[in-house]
Amino acid sequence: MYGNAYIDPNDKSHAIIAGEDPQKLAEFEDRISRGEKVEPKDWMPAEYRKQLIRMIEQHAHSEIIGALPEGTWITRAPGFRRKLALMAKVQDEVGHAQLLYSAAETLGKSREAMINDLITGKSKYSNVFNYPAYTWADACIIAWLIDAGAIINQVANAKGSYGPYGRALDRICTEESFHLKYGHDNVVTLATGTLKQREMVQAALTRWWPPIMHFFGPSDKISNHTEILMRWKVKMATNDDMRQQFLNMYVPKIWDLGLTLPDKNLKKNAAGTWEYTEPDWEEFKRVINGGGPCNAERLAVRRMAEERGRWVREALNTAESKYIIPLA
Amino acid sequence: MNENTIAAIKELLYKMADDLLIIGHRNSEWTGLGPILEEDISFSSMAQDKIGQAQTLYNLLHELGEQEPDTIAFMRNANLFHNAQFVELPNNDYDFSLMRHFLYDHADQLRFEMLAHCRYEPLAKVARKVKGELKYHVFHGNIWVVKLGSANEMSHNKMQAALNLAWNYALGMFEEGPFEELLKSEAIFEGEKSLQEKWLANITPILLKAGLSIPEPKTWKPVLGGRKCEHTAHLAPLVEEMSEVFRYDPTANW
Repeated sequence: MYGNAYIDPNDKSHAIIAGEDPQKLAEFEDRISRGEKVEPKDWMPAEYRKQLIRMIEQHAHSEIIGALPEGTWITRAPGFRRKLALMAKVQDEVGHAQLLYSAAETLGKSREAMINDLITGKSKYSNVFNYPAYTWADACIIAWLIDAGAIINQVANAKGSYGPYGRALDRICTEESFHLKYGHDNVVTLATGTLKQREMVQAALTRWWPPIMHFFGPSDKISNHTEILMRWKVKMATNDDMRQQFLNMYVPKIWDLGLTLPDKNLKKNAAGTWEYTEPDWEEFKRVINGGGPCNAERLAVRRMAEERGRWVREALNTAESKYIIPLA
Repeated sequence: MNENTIAAIKELLYKMADDLLIIGHRNSEWTGLGPILEEDISFSSMAQDKIGQAQTLYNLLHELGEQEPDTIAFMRNANLFHNAQFVELPNNDYDFSLMRHFLYDHADQLRFEMLAHCRYEPLAKVARKVKGELKYHVFHGNIWVVKLGSANEMSHNKMQAALNLAWNYALGMFEEGPFEELLKSEAIFEGEKSLQEKWLANITPILLKAGLSIPEPKTWKPVLGGRKCEHTAHLAPLVEEMSEVFRYDPTANW
């Protein structure tokens, strides 16, 4: 699961196409406009490579960090059916990370370098995972609505121009659609269950609504720099477009279950557009830059796992175990 | 079947199912924390198999008049579990988890192979299916134990220390129950002694290949008690955690 790639607004490098061979660049852009896929050994502008690495890497990190809040509930899942399903779901997410790191490696950055950038805080991951899953119901809301958001984002990006990423996303989306069903089934069970269960799921939804609204990234009004990425089919839909799609698909389903959302201004207007209270983008920036409730904990856990596993990786570190072939 | 035979089968099923549930739970604790992603995925995969197998065995118990699988697994207190103490020990580092998985899965695979010919057909049927799944668990354990046992000095030392730590607990898996003779004479199960001998014969060449030494037989002291529901301090918190949500509202459908 994954929201939208976060681009540091202070990073000016996106504007730099300087130094690229204009003819090669023109041919490259022609190929993309014809709908052709770019493959690892093809020529590509340095900025295209850089933005894709950043995006795929953030996506991969989100999958492994996302396994932490949900993973906590594997050992607590109520009953065999839920326990087995949640284990399989979180395992899928880790599998997605594996696919994605391998897609990013085709662009020239090793998995080790990416993980290193994650644990030193240099790379980002989806902001939602900096919030805690307090109860079982939080894990259910994540599985339904965060995965729903991820599907919207990933179905769009699967049509992007970089072949290995698109193919990985096709596989990932198939699995995510099962996660969505799993999450929905859980939320329906709680929302139609006992009083304790209904209270639990409402509280979780209320807690998760602001992070869900943040999920697709800052509003188009304040998010620049997407034009060239969209021309290169690195980014396939704007943040606001995806947010609208999400609201349109899921708000009615949430209301149907008798649950309420903590935004009095949320409604669909006559033009068919959803209106809502503008999410707190200052909070979003604060959290993505390390100030969220779980940033430190998530990275500490990841760092501990890396450190504890170092001896295993060193023991495996032989030439034949290195690869750069995409898994999808 | 007479009452004694049924009691004997139940005792056998309880210890096997509880072993599987608890080691499956421990394996699942690696989710998100493995030394490499591929191992995260492997341990999760094995955990799913184990917990699924536990559920299947609890179903057999249910057919013999015990409660529903969810009730047996999620509503019993730790002092009613029949698992070997070996499986309830915390994961520690990957070295111990891997060594435990290797030692446990070899025993489990043999147990299910033996039970594939069991005269109690519902169990024989399950055993024939499960042994196919366990083949891959054993395969996984073998590859990793050999690799890490012999990769470099540090990994070798860690794996040897893990083997030393695990050994007496592993022997506790073969703690005999009150129905050994009956199970044998009824052609249900050949018995723990026979299982332990076969296990030793299977693991010895692999440990040798890994460059690891089995502790001297004169130091062997099986850690017993698990089969009689005596446990270390580690089991109660595990069971509490496992059943936390289920018990939050026992009247609910989850």
